[in-house]
Amino acid sequence: MIDLSALLSGPGAAPLWLSLRVAGVATLLAWLAGMALGWLVARTRLPGRGLLEALCMLPLVLPPTVIGYGLLLLMGRRSRIGGWLREHFDYSIVFSWHGAVLASTVVALPLVLKSASAAFAGVDRTLEAAACTLGQSRWAVFVRVTLPLAAPGILAGTLLAFARAMGEFGASLMVAGSIPGRTQTLSMAIYDAVQAGDDDTAAALVLITSALSVAVLLLSNRLFGRSA
Amino acid sequence: MSAVLSSRRHLVRWAGAALLGLATVALSAPARAQTLTVSAAASLTNVLRELAPKFEAARPGVKLQFNFAASGVLIQQIAQGAPVDVFISADEETMARGIEQKLLDAGSRRDIAANQVVLVVPKEGAPKVGALADLGTAAVQRIALGKLASVPAGRYARQSLEKARLWTALEPKGVFADSVRQVLDYVARGEVDAGFVYATDAAVMADKVRVVMRVEGHDPVRYPAALVAEGRQKALAGDFLGFLLGTQAQAALARAGFGRP
Repeated sequence: MIDLSALLSGPGAAPLWLSLRVAGVATLLAWLAGMALGWLVARTRLPGRGLLEALCMLPLVLPPTVIGYGLLLLMGRRSRIGGWLREHFDYSIVFSWHGAVLASTVVALPLVLKSASAAFAGVDRTLEAAACTLGQSRWAVFVRVTLPLAAPGILAGTLLAFARAMGEFGASLMVAGSIPGRTQTLSMAIYDAVQAGDDDTAAALVLITSALSVAVLLLSNRLFGRSA
Repeated sequence: MSAVLSSRRHLVRWAGAALLGLATVALSAPARAQTLTVSAAASLTNVLRELAPKFEAARPGVKLQFNFAASGVLIQQIAQGAPVDVFISADEETMARGIEQKLLDAGSRRDIAANQVVLVVPKEGAPKVGALADLGTAAVQRIALGKLASVPAGRYARQSLEKARLWTALEPKGVFADSVRQVLDYVARGEVDAGFVYATDAAVMADKVRVVMRVEGHDPVRYPAALVAEGRQKALAGDFLGFLLGTQAQAALARAGFGRP
């Protein structure tokens, strides 16, 4: 029998907290970007918005290794951006937990974007028009009418994004590596434990991860009914 | 309207054909050639690939299939039932683990080569490193080495750094890679400031990495090979071990920079 509490204070603690931190920050970023992009796609006539949406949706269909390699080329030390950051700020995103956040954000974004654009498109325009005739500013209409009506859809997508970010592995491994205590998230700790033949640790980490995932799904069902 | 319908019908037909094609590929019978699967330490990648055609040429109908990864990963795969015939490790420890777990035929064990750990830095833009102690300077931010639990090259490096009383100070700078070849890749790309690989790895990427020094103070690097206990083609697998110890293979290993077993 595996002693979960012992594990949570032992080898499982650091990966668990890191996973929660990475997924939390990534979900926040994906939520903000996903909402803005969802709005652009669903409610504006911005030229090229179809292409923009397709680009942002790519991580859903591309292998994680492609995302990881792409991010390395884009942000690595030898890249334009990475080189510039290193020269001016002595900062590098590769092999730091920020790299894992970046990778997780990129893969979680499509889930928020898709549900947000669907939710925004589904909002009844006559209600917005009514609010306008009652003298509300455009911003007030957005915050007090559109957003509340779209909120369930956006939230459902955000929860999925969190679950996806928690499970991120391939792209993060390539960008952030698997450094114990610094960039080793739960899924990476499981991978390392299996590779090293440490079955007890692997099984215990799998239990933690599964429990978390089930909790997220239950929460999502609770909030949005069976259909979410 | 009819144009839409017909284009949709076309699409369905195309999708059907594609699915049929996939099914054919998936169900087609595997080729009948006899395949010998060799799981070998990642550092042997280039030299074994170079040797494969020579072994195959002498035995028509035989095909060599390689599985390169960190030794610890490979023995773990074998423990979980991977269909492998020959295992070649980059250290004694992993080999001993396999023999102890009865995954390998202890009697078939032979050393096929030796190697040397070196410290490498990127050829361009690397901070000044001339000795192990220089790794402690602020200019060196990241040092790549193999994961300690599964990559022998990582353990050799730790052994040397412990002997030099540098391990505790340098461990926080460590970036731990899946295999020694990933360490090499990190250094070649300049994502880390230094790394510990074998001399033969450094030679493979001589255009991108520079060897600073030979690293001493660790167990001798030897490559023990053995037959996998559950292998189905012991005779052929034994032939391959013999081939590795023969003059042709030993000459190729020497050319690649490996030492005599």
